[in-house]
Amino acid sequence: MGNLIFEQVLNSLQFGVMLFLIASGLTLIFGVMNFVNLAHGSFFMIGAYVAAVAAGASGSFWLGLLVALPATAALGFLLEWLVFRRLYKKDHMVHVLATFAFILIFNDGVRMIWGPQPLPLNMPAAFAGPVNLFGLPYSSYRLLVMAVGMVVAVALYLLINRTRIGMWVRAGANNLEMVTAMGINIGLLFRLVFSFGLLLAALAGIMLGPLVAVQAGMGDDVLILAFVVVVIGGIGSVPGAAIGALIVGVVDTLGRSLLPQLFALFLSADAAASVGPALGSMMIYLVMIAVLFWRPSGLFPART
Amino acid sequence: MNRLTQVAGAVMMAMAAGASLSAQASEVVKVGFLTTLSGPASAPGVDQREGFMLAMKMLGNKLGGVPAEVIVVDDQFSPDAAKQGADRLIKREKVDIVSGFVYSNILLAVAPAAFVSKTVVVSANAGPAQLAGAGCNPYFFSASYQNDATHEAAGKLMADKGYQRVAIIAPNYPAGKDASAGFKRFLKKDPAVELFPKLGQLDFATEIAQLRAANIDALYFFLPGGMGVNFVKQYAAAGMDPKIVRVMPAYDADQQMLSNGDLIAGVANTGQWSADLPNEQNRAFVAAYVKEYGHQPSMFASQAYDAAMLIDSAVKTIGGKVENREALIAAIKAANFKSVRGGFKFAANHFPIQNQYARVVTKGADGKYVNNMTQTLLPDHVDAYVSQCKMP
Repeated sequence: MGNLIFEQVLNSLQFGVMLFLIASGLTLIFGVMNFVNLAHGSFFMIGAYVAAVAAGASGSFWLGLLVALPATAALGFLLEWLVFRRLYKKDHMVHVLATFAFILIFNDGVRMIWGPQPLPLNMPAAFAGPVNLFGLPYSSYRLLVMAVGMVVAVALYLLINRTRIGMWVRAGANNLEMVTAMGINIGLLFRLVFSFGLLLAALAGIMLGPLVAVQAGMGDDVLILAFVVVVIGGIGSVPGAAIGALIVGVVDTLGRSLLPQLFALFLSADAAASVGPALGSMMIYLVMIAVLFWRPSGLFPART
Repeated sequence: MNRLTQVAGAVMMAMAAGASLSAQASEVVKVGFLTTLSGPASAPGVDQREGFMLAMKMLGNKLGGVPAEVIVVDDQFSPDAAKQGADRLIKREKVDIVSGFVYSNILLAVAPAAFVSKTVVVSANAGPAQLAGAGCNPYFFSASYQNDATHEAAGKLMADKGYQRVAIIAPNYPAGKDASAGFKRFLKKDPAVELFPKLGQLDFATEIAQLRAANIDALYFFLPGGMGVNFVKQYAAAGMDPKIVRVMPAYDADQQMLSNGDLIAGVANTGQWSADLPNEQNRAFVAAYVKEYGHQPSMFASQAYDAAMLIDSAVKTIGGKVENREALIAAIKAANFKSVRGGFKFAANHFPIQNQYARVVTKGADGKYVNNMTQTLLPDHVDAYVSQCKMP
């Protein structure tokens, strides 16, 4: 039992950390630019695709990672300059429609380029097997995903709270007019924040690629979870995204593993087998509803 | 949102089809082939298409000697997209027969419209209990198996070996529930653990932790398409005890041999067909398939090949007059063809009566993995629902 709880805690953390990678970029872009980017999940997908192609050609996962990160960020930089910067001043509904169009374009685009079949992206050989964690064999790759996510979380914290550019970002989130008045090139700042957020999404896609499947539409389900995280944590708040991601990770993992067993205690086996898993996958949405009921702007609202 | 994407995709598909629509001669047998061709769940659908198209090629693009047109439609693994695709096949293309169908939820979504329009459905894989029992229909035929059958055979295999703590993992959808029911029916006791992940789930960390903690001797896993591929990889990466006996359905094993052979070597699997079944038509099928596609056929491919041959035999019997649906149904029911699985006849519910075999994944002399038949588990097996079927 102890081992099971330990392993599920690790799984929750790994899932939460992965969600944080996606949600942090999403919430950063919203917090600073007040821009709702539904296409965030598409960059998760594009990162994974570019990495799969580069890793397939070179035989090295790491090379795939090194190629895909700047490539996705550069694509984001370009699109921000071409399209997205024209949308900031418009209504949120316009953001939603425009970026939804990009989801369709990207999904069909990867299907046109790489076909409907998933692309293989293998774990780096050094992390393909299990490691022994206090007597529990655990996937070393999942530990790697966790480590990457935690390093990013710390780096992001330092970047936002300890650097000049972080100061501008924080100031921009609070009072845009003031930042502009102080002579900061707000256009460039936005473009950098935007591509950096997408870089985080791509990193998540690349790290998750070997665990799931690199395929068209892989970002769509993830995006929904990322929005749940952002809404629970408070829109625009990076620490909120971290807490929200952990909550969703824990609730989803434990909900899926424990609820079916819980229902089996007082329902017939057949009923428990259908109600348990169904409710288990609903748990995070119930938690979101509860959070919104008591704190309508999330746990750590960035804007008041 | 996923749904919107799919709707948009289906609309585009329909527009493309409209453009290619042209006047057809009336003396053509039209078959719609609706199956899953995109996403991680699509590998079985691709195999099906290959098996069906191989048969069409060998028949000179004719069915029963009559020129045939096969219209392939991707259901995108979505009941909504499948319904739209089927609607187009039935109403606009006016197909005589719809075949394909990897997933039971898709078949169940599409079947009622086909039955109402008197379009014959020949499933090349999905065989849900609903259509075998009370919901059986004269217009429905299974060229594959009733969903429970492979799992019943797996349960028999494990019961024979007398494993103590057994676990089963299957997706939470109709065929997954059928799998569990069939497995338990022949295991004749309750498994220690039953897990039902979401259909299409690709990360199994939670489930693997539960299996590890349950201290099992044997695991039966029914995880079709990309689910199974990911599960097997993650199971190995998580360092699960290699002594745990694993059994899986034959169709999943066939596909895994191509991508994960080294991870499932020695794993037993159950089904009604094997590439090494010693009969003339099977040898011809396997040889032609390997020549055409460069890899071993899977059970999915064998079923679709049989579906085409079954339709061919029926159209031949009635001299190509497929518009006479009563005659077409009677001719299919007669199953006057040579199945690659050997003996094949229909039970009263239009599901096959056939042997269930055990097979084991082995490394061949050329370093490639093959599935070798080891024993007949259930000879002339009839499904559990036939007595509930009152064919109207």
